[in-house]
Amino acid sequence: MTATPSMFVATVAAGLPTWEFALSPILAIAVPLIGAFLIAAAGRWPNLREGVTLVTAAALLWVVANLNNFLEATPSEAEALVEVIPGMPLAFHLEPLGMIYAMIASSLWILNSIYSIGYMRGNKEKHQTRFYVCFALSIASVMGIAFSANMFTLFVFYEALSLATFPLVTHKGTPEAIKSGRTYLGILMGTSVCLMLPAMIATYVYTGTLDFTQGGVFAQPLADGVLTPALFGLIFAMYIYGVGKAALMPAHRWLPAAMVAPTPVSALLHAVAVVKAGVFSVCKISVYIIGVDQLRLYDQGGWLLYAAGLSIVIASFIALFQDNLKRRLAYSTISQLSYITLGAALLWPISVRAAAIHIAAHAFGKITLFFAAGSIYTAAHKTKVSELDGIGRKMPWTMGAFAVGTLSMIGLPPTGGFISKWYLMQGAWTAESGFTIAVLCTSTLLNAAYFLPIVYRAFFRKPPEPDLEHGHDDHHDHGEAPWPIVLALTCTAAATVALFFYPDLFVGYASMLAEAMPQ
Amino acid sequence: MELVLPEAIHAHLPVLVVLLPLFGGLLALFTGLIQRGGGFVAWLWSAIITGLILVCAASMLFEVHTTGEAMVYRLGSWPEQYGIGYSVDALNGYVILVVAIIGFLSTIYAKDSVMAEIARDRHHLFYSVWLLAIAGLIGITVTADTFNIYVLLEISSLTVYTLVALGGDRDRRALVASLKYLILGSIGATFILLGIGYLLMLTGTLNMNDMHEQLVRMHQSGELANNRTVFVSFALLMVGLSLKMALFPLHLWLPNAYTYAPSAVTALVAATATKVGVYMTFRFVFTIYGGVYDSSADLYFLGLCACAGVVISSMAAIRQMNVKKVLAYSSVGQIAYIVLGFSLANESGVTASVIHIFNHALIKGGMFMAVGAVALRAGGTKIEDFKGIGRKMPLTMAAFTVGGCGLIGVPLTAGFISKWYLVVGAMDEGYWGIAFIVLLGGVLALVYIWRLVEIIWFGKPDDPTKQVREAPLSMLIPMWILIGASVAFGVDAGWTADSAHAAAELLLEGGP
Amino acid sequence: MESLGHFNYWLAIVIIMIGFYGVIARRNLLKQVIALGLFQTGVFLFYVTMGVYRSPDGTRGVAPIWTDAAKTGPFDNPLPHVLMLTAIVVSVSTLAVAVAIIVNIQRKYGTIEEDEILEADKRDS
Repeated sequence: MTATPSMFVATVAAGLPTWEFALSPILAIAVPLIGAFLIAAAGRWPNLREGVTLVTAAALLWVVANLNNFLEATPSEAEALVEVIPGMPLAFHLEPLGMIYAMIASSLWILNSIYSIGYMRGNKEKHQTRFYVCFALSIASVMGIAFSANMFTLFVFYEALSLATFPLVTHKGTPEAIKSGRTYLGILMGTSVCLMLPAMIATYVYTGTLDFTQGGVFAQPLADGVLTPALFGLIFAMYIYGVGKAALMPAHRWLPAAMVAPTPVSALLHAVAVVKAGVFSVCKISVYIIGVDQLRLYDQGGWLLYAAGLSIVIASFIALFQDNLKRRLAYSTISQLSYITLGAALLWPISVRAAAIHIAAHAFGKITLFFAAGSIYTAAHKTKVSELDGIGRKMPWTMGAFAVGTLSMIGLPPTGGFISKWYLMQGAWTAESGFTIAVLCTSTLLNAAYFLPIVYRAFFRKPPEPDLEHGHDDHHDHGEAPWPIVLALTCTAAATVALFFYPDLFVGYASMLAEAMPQ
Repeated sequence: MELVLPEAIHAHLPVLVVLLPLFGGLLALFTGLIQRGGGFVAWLWSAIITGLILVCAASMLFEVHTTGEAMVYRLGSWPEQYGIGYSVDALNGYVILVVAIIGFLSTIYAKDSVMAEIARDRHHLFYSVWLLAIAGLIGITVTADTFNIYVLLEISSLTVYTLVALGGDRDRRALVASLKYLILGSIGATFILLGIGYLLMLTGTLNMNDMHEQLVRMHQSGELANNRTVFVSFALLMVGLSLKMALFPLHLWLPNAYTYAPSAVTALVAATATKVGVYMTFRFVFTIYGGVYDSSADLYFLGLCACAGVVISSMAAIRQMNVKKVLAYSSVGQIAYIVLGFSLANESGVTASVIHIFNHALIKGGMFMAVGAVALRAGGTKIEDFKGIGRKMPLTMAAFTVGGCGLIGVPLTAGFISKWYLVVGAMDEGYWGIAFIVLLGGVLALVYIWRLVEIIWFGKPDDPTKQVREAPLSMLIPMWILIGASVAFGVDAGWTADSAHAAAELLLEGGP
Repeated sequence: MESLGHFNYWLAIVIIMIGFYGVIARRNLLKQVIALGLFQTGVFLFYVTMGVYRSPDGTRGVAPIWTDAAKTGPFDNPLPHVLMLTAIVVSVSTLAVAVAIIVNIQRKYGTIEEDEILEADKRDS
């Protein structure tokens, strides 16, 4: 059994000599940032440029893995970088939830970079330097979000991520890409500026702080009666819908729109980094700003359960009818993200733990699926589900990995998806929420209904007869995609399976998080 | 700073900042006698003068901050009730510095822009009027005498009308815009004069601090209760000032004047003229009437106008087909933010206003400079001229884009800091609606800026063979100093926030 | 009758308003500028009349010049009058700039009627 990349890293990290001086989370942001400059400088020499990307990704993973050694259950002392507004620094700390997110993003970045090289060269994309630079900038923003020590820092990097990914979404420069870019930026910026920002400022006005604090910051003003429970609930709602990246319906439309981007972008950013930034923010705000026990105490936020549940079911239904493979995956992502929101919305430490685990489980599964979709596009130039008849015989590795990803999405063993669903069910039982259990069952069936036919088509249907009239059947004579692509997707598929057998790393983080929370 | 300036000069700084450009402007006329290269000499002269002003302004603010007291200068040593007094405190020291920075940088910037846009035989006249305008703007800010404010206001206005009209060489609409500006501006100034007259009648003095003291005395003795004179004077002043600072719906002169003026003039005027108007409003509302006259109803009305201004002018900006006009309408919206801030009359709100005077001057000054560079290289400022220009003038357009992010209020730009204080101010008062309008304004700014960004970076030029070069260094450097500063003060707003906060405290100490 | 007693102020305000009306209502640029002059002149009169002293019992102030009467008795306040000397200069300069611009408009547009100018601008763009 192949070790998962993160496990591998953890093992390597344990063997490394102890870092002599305190390794700062700021370094995790600085590394991809410096990498972005170097990539831009090396723009003229493609081999060097891609080399720089890979080295940067490896360096980042090493930094994050080392930070792992300093992790404790409660947030570490915040390190301020610069004080933006008096009393409002850009500050960073270490805590389990951020660690999960940073681990996933940094380990998958390496695989994704390998994949990107195959994909971008295979499809002869233009502006490749801009692509790699923006990618590195996005990862830097992701690290900023993961290690942010206060809401303000999170907001800053959240917006930075929106802006850094915009050129990636509009990469093709076609009118359609620009239109999608407009939807993308409009929804993400609009929700964050109109809802998250006022919620944040209201938090500041009522509590005088934006620091991420164990148990939330609202206990005092609520107890003093300065803040009414209804207003508290409103602030919570503004936070949840303000985090547009979590793609909770109806703020989900940017995600299908973003599928116009090159597949590596969809794979790492719009299945992992960006959307996980959303659900990560939801979890982090619920745990460290709002305080789930406060929500329970004042009986607020129950609606979120239903909003998330509906989002899961509706998105799954829409996915059933999508013929474009990437769009189907996008709607699946929307539904899977709401699992995580659902976990947070159950308002119990055990369910928050499930949400944290699902962040990891979904990441590995979904990136595999996207890698496979990109592989099909590169090798066969096919984007529609209906065109995939018999493709599994020509591209066994790709479709094999796809099948593994599918199992993880449905939540079947032996994949990581099963583990997280298990914990989610456990959370639902603890919270005694029949609704949640019903939603989980329904969505499992729906997931199977829209994913399994693809696998069936690929392996068990006959490929269509070559269209002799048009003469150019070169696309039918394809084999596997270029080797970097196959390598990358095999690794992620293996990781998805490994997550089932060795779930300790992420479950460990999640448990640390849950145990530190007020019960 | 004290090391640089000898003690003898130091005491005269408040008056020097006005006299330097005033006499500098007159002397600039003589460069017209130089046969060849007179324009260059005039520019060099102006750059030296504005550079000196910048040094003076910086050392004044430094002194005010270190001593914590106002610098007072009495012209002719008359006591302040009789003579004209100049005084510099935490508030106007800050505004003077803004004007001085913009004045210096836009003078540097003007070199190539004026070469291209103004007829050769008029350069000495241009720089003469230019310096006089700066003298007027700084004079308004530094003086503590209300009638002196009127006179200097007219000096700055008349010169700005002239500067705008100079755009008539390239586009005749500049003339009409300038005349419209002149008529509305004069009406505004006359209203202000009338308001000052009522105040004079009431208090028998022209000095601001003295006026305030007289009003406080009358207030305490009950004379001011139901006094219509004080009410009328306040109303007249507000109308006049609103015209001068282009508060919606009295902004009609602004878009065309900014659009058709020569590029360098737009950069200077957009960044300073309306800001000085706002400064005067601060002085009247808080320093003179503060704690004496209950202005809450008036401020509420101003706040309503500002809210409407934020939304309507931003929507108007979305529809414009000329980039300068987009920015001009955006300026109307940004002025509305400033007015909205002080209409809240609380600490965060006034801080937001003061800080946005500075931040907006940096951002808008830099952006208008970028647009002026396009006017120079591509020959126009219409939307078509901007298609795909990002590839040809990457540095200029990068500055434009970063500035645009500032207008939107993206975090880590100066615009965000202003917005932050403004929303905190609104929420302190429990006005959630105002908070939302402020943020909605940000979203609208996103729409009108992003429309331009798409055209700049993704557009295909109509005429691909057209040769367009990057802007000259004399334009790029001031542009990037302003834009760079707007980012630097967005990342670390410590200094601006502290200064603005000190100014806000000063204004509010008399009570709203 | 108190309001009638302030007839000098009334007069000034009436002149101001006539001028103001003219600026708004006239479509000829030169006439607008003339009205603007009237508007400003009204304000000057307002200031001038403000300086005049009359005590409640009807005694009037004398001109503020160095005479025996001014040394002993009440005198008119010279300050507003002096201010107006400056304001008149400002007003004249404004008119001069305005007329200069109008001359240029006449040269470039061939008309100084606002409607026709707007028409011409519309044709241009």
